[in-house]
Amino acid sequence: MTRLTIDPITRLEGHGRIEIFLGEHGEVANAYFQVPELRGFERFCVGRHAEEMPVITSRICGVCPEAHHLASVKALDELFGVEPPPAAKKIRELLYMAFFVTDHTTHFYALGGPDFILGPDAPPSERNILGVIRKLGAEAGKKVIACRSRNHRVIQMLGGRAVHPSAGLPGGWSKPVSEEERREIEAIARQNVDFALFSLAAFDDLVLKNPAHLALVTSDIYLHRTYSMGTVDGENRLNLYDGMIRVVAPEGGETLKYHPREYADHLAEHVEPWTYLKFPYLRKIGWKGLVDGSGSGVYVASPLSRLNVAAAMATPRAQEHFERLYETFGCRTTGAGREPVHHRLATHWARLIELLYAAERMLALATDPEITSPEVRRMPETIRGVGIGSVEAPRGTLTHHYETDDRGILTRVNLIVGTTNNHAAIAMSIKRAAEKFITGGTVVEEGMLNRIEMAFRLYDPCLSCATHSLPGAMPLEVRIRDRQGEVVRTLRRDGTG
Amino acid sequence: MANKPQLSIYWAASCGGCEIAILNLHERLLDLDAAFDLVFCPCLLDTKKKDIEALPDRSIALTLVNGALRTGENREMARLLRRKSQLLIGFGACAHQGGIPALANLDPAGPLPAIYLEGPTTPNPARTLPLPETTVPEGTLQLPPFLGRVAPLAEEVAVDYFIPGCPPEPEQVWKALDPVIQGKPLPPLGSALGAGRSAVCAECGRRKREKKISRFHRTWEIVPDPEQCLLDQGLVCMGPATRDGCGALCPQVSMPCTGCYGPPEGVADQGAAMVAALGSILDIGPITGLSPEEIAARIDEVLGSLPDAAGTFYKYSLAGSLLKGRLP
Ligand code: SF4
Ligand code: SF4
Repeated sequence: MTRLTIDPITRLEGHGRIEIFLGEHGEVANAYFQVPELRGFERFCVGRHAEEMPVITSRICGVCPEAHHLASVKALDELFGVEPPPAAKKIRELLYMAFFVTDHTTHFYALGGPDFILGPDAPPSERNILGVIRKLGAEAGKKVIACRSRNHRVIQMLGGRAVHPSAGLPGGWSKPVSEEERREIEAIARQNVDFALFSLAAFDDLVLKNPAHLALVTSDIYLHRTYSMGTVDGENRLNLYDGMIRVVAPEGGETLKYHPREYADHLAEHVEPWTYLKFPYLRKIGWKGLVDGSGSGVYVASPLSRLNVAAAMATPRAQEHFERLYETFGCRTTGAGREPVHHRLATHWARLIELLYAAERMLALATDPEITSPEVRRMPETIRGVGIGSVEAPRGTLTHHYETDDRGILTRVNLIVGTTNNHAAIAMSIKRAAEKFITGGTVVEEGMLNRIEMAFRLYDPCLSCATHSLPGAMPLEVRIRDRQGEVVRTLRRDGTG
Repeated sequence: MANKPQLSIYWAASCGGCEIAILNLHERLLDLDAAFDLVFCPCLLDTKKKDIEALPDRSIALTLVNGALRTGENREMARLLRRKSQLLIGFGACAHQGGIPALANLDPAGPLPAIYLEGPTTPNPARTLPLPETTVPEGTLQLPPFLGRVAPLAEEVAVDYFIPGCPPEPEQVWKALDPVIQGKPLPPLGSALGAGRSAVCAECGRRKREKKISRFHRTWEIVPDPEQCLLDQGLVCMGPATRDGCGALCPQVSMPCTGCYGPPEGVADQGAAMVAALGSILDIGPITGLSPEEIAARIDEVLGSLPDAAGTFYKYSLAGSLLKGRLP
């Protein structure tokens, strides 16, 4: 049997590796996606002061530290049994919306978007932020830099620091917002709404109006009929900071709705001996392996799945684009609910709709009279011993679960991070791409490498983030080996192209 | 193009925050791009290693390394880049003293059973643990062993300068890089760039008083006065034992400094420096006539309000401290 090893350099959650085994006739027998590194946060946080967790867990990921910071403070609210005052919750969400704007912008323009903006078969040396700027023009490049810059300013203003914020406390936030700050943030939010509309228009021109790109988005190469997960507000509309977790079945219709603190009743994680990363699944449906369909507990938590579980968007302009997405895919609404979109490339579109939502929501919060209230903390009176908190991280539902002794010293920590939710789905998409591009022992080199890269980028820049930062194409090394482990052929893509 | 000096950036075990700090140079990214020819960056790790090997020694003008050392590959790359570079700078807290991931060094037993067998969402009835080698129907899959210990960059190679911070503040990153770009004289080897030579307290605007404290407060126990020194109010602010450079960002939002810029100039052990600073302000009451044991008991009582001293005093510096990452 022939074996293919693909070793992309990824660092955030370790260095991902793909092993593809070919069968007798050169068909794909199986593909394994391995995460060969573990950092052990869940373990070394035991013994720490619980209140340090917003600062410690930020260091799980420097790309989305705000998500960890907020999931962590929400877990602390529960742990200390204290409900933050309304202004504190709004400040947290305001910071979070600024973060979503910058993160989704980075993702669309620098990480995942180049595949679309330039086309998946553009030379790798072009498919990066610099190529995007060349295609869209220097003005657009400046807009992207300016957007990242102004939103990091907001994060620093509210959270103390632009990367790894420090202002989160159980029961609230360490600092209120002044009227002067509020005015500046309001102006920034307005610019963000314009920027999001500009980005959606660019997507429209480059992808939706381009038959070849549109065909790719609606093709079945990454079509997986799995469950969808996301957080919704009281009216089943998308919320990124707080709400109930809703799971929708592959054919549509609500399967589960629960408070994040009940996550362990609904989620479980499968362990395989050949990877350090676990595979979460819906507990009641069970682990049936890397298969889709309603009989398999595999689910996805991503911008697309969040739209799939939402009945509507809470902001008007995002709602228009939301409707357009489901119309484009011809999703019907039956008694059970609206049919979800399972074409995973639509995740990029969904991300831009979330970008617009985050900008509009930021504006709403920045103009909320309560946002400048000086009352931002409530003092804990007890230590309950257990606290669970969650937010929607850009890459999926993020859950922090802490247990402590009566001094608030951690005794047990369990984290399900955005990336991990999609582990099974990522593995399935990789296998699908491999099957498509390897037939009869022939490997369509460029095509396969491109599609496997795209499979990563769809779900999760956290597994591939570094490889996409400036000048950015993902380097891949494919080693084709025979059964004795002898390398018979090497395919390689350079990061510089 | 040919005469632009070469820049390389290598990311060892890091969270990605240092990369974001560089991206957060914002408009100045274009200046960086104009000043240097980027010859190596994280995405080129495997594919370009040979090219780096082929370069004449000391031909790369500047290499920035962020992240701590965890794997053999991290160490090998650090050695290679050291040989090929004129200047090698440790970028960020992890490269400097191990950073937060080095807290794992407190747990030498390793995390595997806790993570795979005992988690509330890990039923794992077959009690499966990750293994170095697994036979699957199609062949054998290998997994590198779990490496628990994290080391600072200087454990492997000579480091010319370091830029402290978790992550370094972009303003300071620019202050560190600009003299290199301009060819201006640099401070003595081994110095910090992009940071001060004093402590965070020196740049903190809070009002300090000569005060003795008899008990510490955890951050959730009090609402500190917005003007007054946090340490004076009983919050364990690492300001006195942390290098200045960030502009006292955390105290500005009423949160204690957690020490991310590492120890001040001339101090090797941040935790020891903090204990010394606390020693001079702890109020353990009158001690005349007390035995050394009684005095020790009083000190323990005050420190008792701070159960995790290791995690508090060495949050970012455990791997680089005199304890070398292992506490008794
Ligand atoms: S101890 Fe903290 S609050 Fe006090 S002066 Fe130093 S940095 Fe500022
Ligand atoms: S105040 Fe301390 S922890 Fe905060 S950024 Fe500055 S050095 Fe780092």
